[in-house]
Amino acid sequence: MDENRAQGRSVSPRLWLAGGWLLLALLAAIFAPLVAPQDPLAQDLMLERLPPFWIDGAEPGYWLGTDSLGRDLLSRLIFGGRIAFIVAFAAAFAACLVGSTLGLVAGYFGGWADRIISRIVDVWMAFPPVLFAILLVAVLGTGLSSVILAIAIIDWTRFCRVIRAETMGQSRMDYVENARIAGYGRIGIMLREVLPNVVPSIVALLSLEMGIAVIVEAILSFVNLSISTDDPTWGGIIAEGRLSIHQAWWVLVFPLITLIVTVLSFSQFGEALKTRFDPVLR
Amino acid sequence: MAEPLFSVRGLKVALPDMTRKPLIGRAPLAEILKGLDFDLPRGSVTGIVGESGSGKSTLGRALVRLLEPSAGSISFDGLDITHLPEAELRPLRRNLQMIFQDPMSSLNPRRTIASIIAAPLKQNGLGDNLKARVTEALQRVGLPQSFAGRYRHELSGGQRQRVGIARALALSPKFVLADEIVSGLDVSTQAQILTLLEKLAAEMGLTVAFISHDLSVIRRLCRQVIVMREGVIVEASATDALFDNPRQVYTRDLIAAIPLPEIDAGWLDIPAAIKAPT
Amino acid sequence: MNACLDIRDLSAVLPNGQRVLRSVSLAVQPGEVRALVGESGAGKTMIGKAVLGVLPSSVRIVEGDIRLEGEDLGRLQPKARRTLIGARTALIPQDPLTALNPSRRIGSQMTDRLVRILGWNGERADTRIRQLLDEVQIRDPDRVLKSYPHELSGGMRQRVLIAAAFAAEPRLIVADEPTTALDVTVQKQILRLIVQLQREHGTAILFVTHDLGVVAKISQKVSVLYAGKVVEEAETAALFAAPQHPYTRALMAATPRYTDPFASLKPVDDAVLAGLAAEIAAADQAWRRPHG
Repeated sequence: MDENRAQGRSVSPRLWLAGGWLLLALLAAIFAPLVAPQDPLAQDLMLERLPPFWIDGAEPGYWLGTDSLGRDLLSRLIFGGRIAFIVAFAAAFAACLVGSTLGLVAGYFGGWADRIISRIVDVWMAFPPVLFAILLVAVLGTGLSSVILAIAIIDWTRFCRVIRAETMGQSRMDYVENARIAGYGRIGIMLREVLPNVVPSIVALLSLEMGIAVIVEAILSFVNLSISTDDPTWGGIIAEGRLSIHQAWWVLVFPLITLIVTVLSFSQFGEALKTRFDPVLR
Repeated sequence: MAEPLFSVRGLKVALPDMTRKPLIGRAPLAEILKGLDFDLPRGSVTGIVGESGSGKSTLGRALVRLLEPSAGSISFDGLDITHLPEAELRPLRRNLQMIFQDPMSSLNPRRTIASIIAAPLKQNGLGDNLKARVTEALQRVGLPQSFAGRYRHELSGGQRQRVGIARALALSPKFVLADEIVSGLDVSTQAQILTLLEKLAAEMGLTVAFISHDLSVIRRLCRQVIVMREGVIVEASATDALFDNPRQVYTRDLIAAIPLPEIDAGWLDIPAAIKAPT
Repeated sequence: MNACLDIRDLSAVLPNGQRVLRSVSLAVQPGEVRALVGESGAGKTMIGKAVLGVLPSSVRIVEGDIRLEGEDLGRLQPKARRTLIGARTALIPQDPLTALNPSRRIGSQMTDRLVRILGWNGERADTRIRQLLDEVQIRDPDRVLKSYPHELSGGMRQRVLIAAAFAAEPRLIVADEPTTALDVTVQKQILRLIVQLQREHGTAILFVTHDLGVVAKISQKVSVLYAGKVVEEAETAALFAAPQHPYTRALMAATPRYTDPFASLKPVDDAVLAGLAAEIAAADQAWRRPHG
């Protein structure tokens, strides 16, 4: 009991830090027009490559400086967050829905269902994911929905594999046989007895996948395959920042930090949630 | 005397042998039960004893039809259930209940005790008056009402096993399979659980198949015993007869190998064949 | 003469301050089998781990000392302590499967210890191991030495571990529920082997078990534990003839006996448990006073 409580204590700061950052970034993205100090697209060559606020030569109102076209970096990061979060949520949920369902079916029913689903997963995972994504977007055409679709199509296998293994483990538990003894049907048992026990894993994976989706979107933006280049995206800003690294390091460094912290927060948040959700670990 | 509750004839069960599964294709079948014949008389406790690999647990699972036999027949209450499909078994399930060895694994961690006990009631058309029925089931096994809202990890091993018993008996089944239900428990808890089962079985007139590796426990609880070894029945008889006058060498060895809690300087030196297993 | 193992007033606590060992004292004379019996949570395995120096990091010894043949383990530097424990003691574990590395052959695992800890050369170690395998009645040592753990039965694996435990001629062996995972007929063979080897080699054994039946058959002395406290200590014969502590009596009455089915399997009386709780609380209070 006391051991559990100690565990609970160590979980909390992680949950609050990661959750806090995600909430902050999410709110900023939602209310971007209100929050952003400048228009993210407004160019002003008089203001190009302004340094961040603590360096001499900074202008008030341009907290993180500007890029080589004089656009405000902070505002661009905030607006870029919109795309990042939309992609993260939509792609992760889509991948989760497909992958978890197939994983649950494969793991619980076994036999032919399992063999077919597992083969498909094996083949799927043989493709290098980034190349696969670039290929898909090239075929589907650029744009927000294509990016989301591409990520879901690639990454459902992650859910499928993990949930299948978890489900197999749970299905061997006596309480599954117990439900048969109680007179439940197979699908009823799967949904009633097994599913709630794999939910913590699904939640953790979902959060992790959101982080991954953010990265994949950034990669696609980086190679100019995401949405129209006018809208700021984190990957797009990084790509631009790379070109002016010697003149204005901040244009590369701040979006990188934002990306890393966000991805890390997603994975930490997921782990912490899993612990929270688990009645035994709690 | 009424006809037996279970009549088992030529029962064979074969399961896939995963240790011999080839890289590609199906695992070959291994015969776990090799043709068993026996009856379980109504209203009494029958012990099924054997060591690991004897097939006693497989036999139990075949009786409650969690497994389908590959040959032979099982007749339950006059009805042939050998190959009944799952859907046709469902109405029979309320009379074929089971208490599991590991109450940790047999209770769903995400459900409250009340919900675990209520599940079979709801599923078998006894959903009315649910709260009262759950309370009664808890009372029967000596657990206070306050346990209804708890989860399995908040219970001790003995309490968990009480919940397992409560759930199995909530439906007043005709048959209960008890599979090594005390082997994970401490001695003092074991005694409590066994006396509880003994009392309930007598009160409710249950037919119980009591699977155990412990002959001492069997002697206390069971009216007759089936001794199994490697998928066959070595000996089956009334309990007292089996202990007082075991007919088979294996049964005798099994009894002699039990370390009784009393001083016996000669026990270790009995020339029990110490042969290296091959 | 020094006792082989001498534990005095050993207390250990968890991080939250709860005592898990409560002033445990016991001595094991050379060549003697001492049983530690108790139910789960009694701390019997913990004592074995303390002797072997492998307590989990969350458990801290706060008082008392452990002496191996007169040497106070607490006063030794960690490295010297490890060497001493390695040379003078050995373990027969509960689960022979997890105690063996699944990806290495039996032979190399058995000789490893002799080569690493005692500095023997490979040939000497190999000869010794074969000699011990013969003593535990393994008739085909070549096959066994070449096998992987999963290729042997539970009884065979336990024989291998017994041979490994005796190979380095330890003065003391900690046997932690070594037959609990085995069938009764195999258990009897294994118990017989342990006692045979113990007598031949003159080794002392600290035998941890929950089974009073096993205690009666193999030990000369016994300590009954409850909640990390020795509630009764006696010669085994005396304990079974006339158990003194109510808990010991209750345990005996709860243990099933096929020879007397209705006098055994008696549930432990609530009064006994209440008495134990009071005894533990009083002991803790008395202990806390000088310890703040």
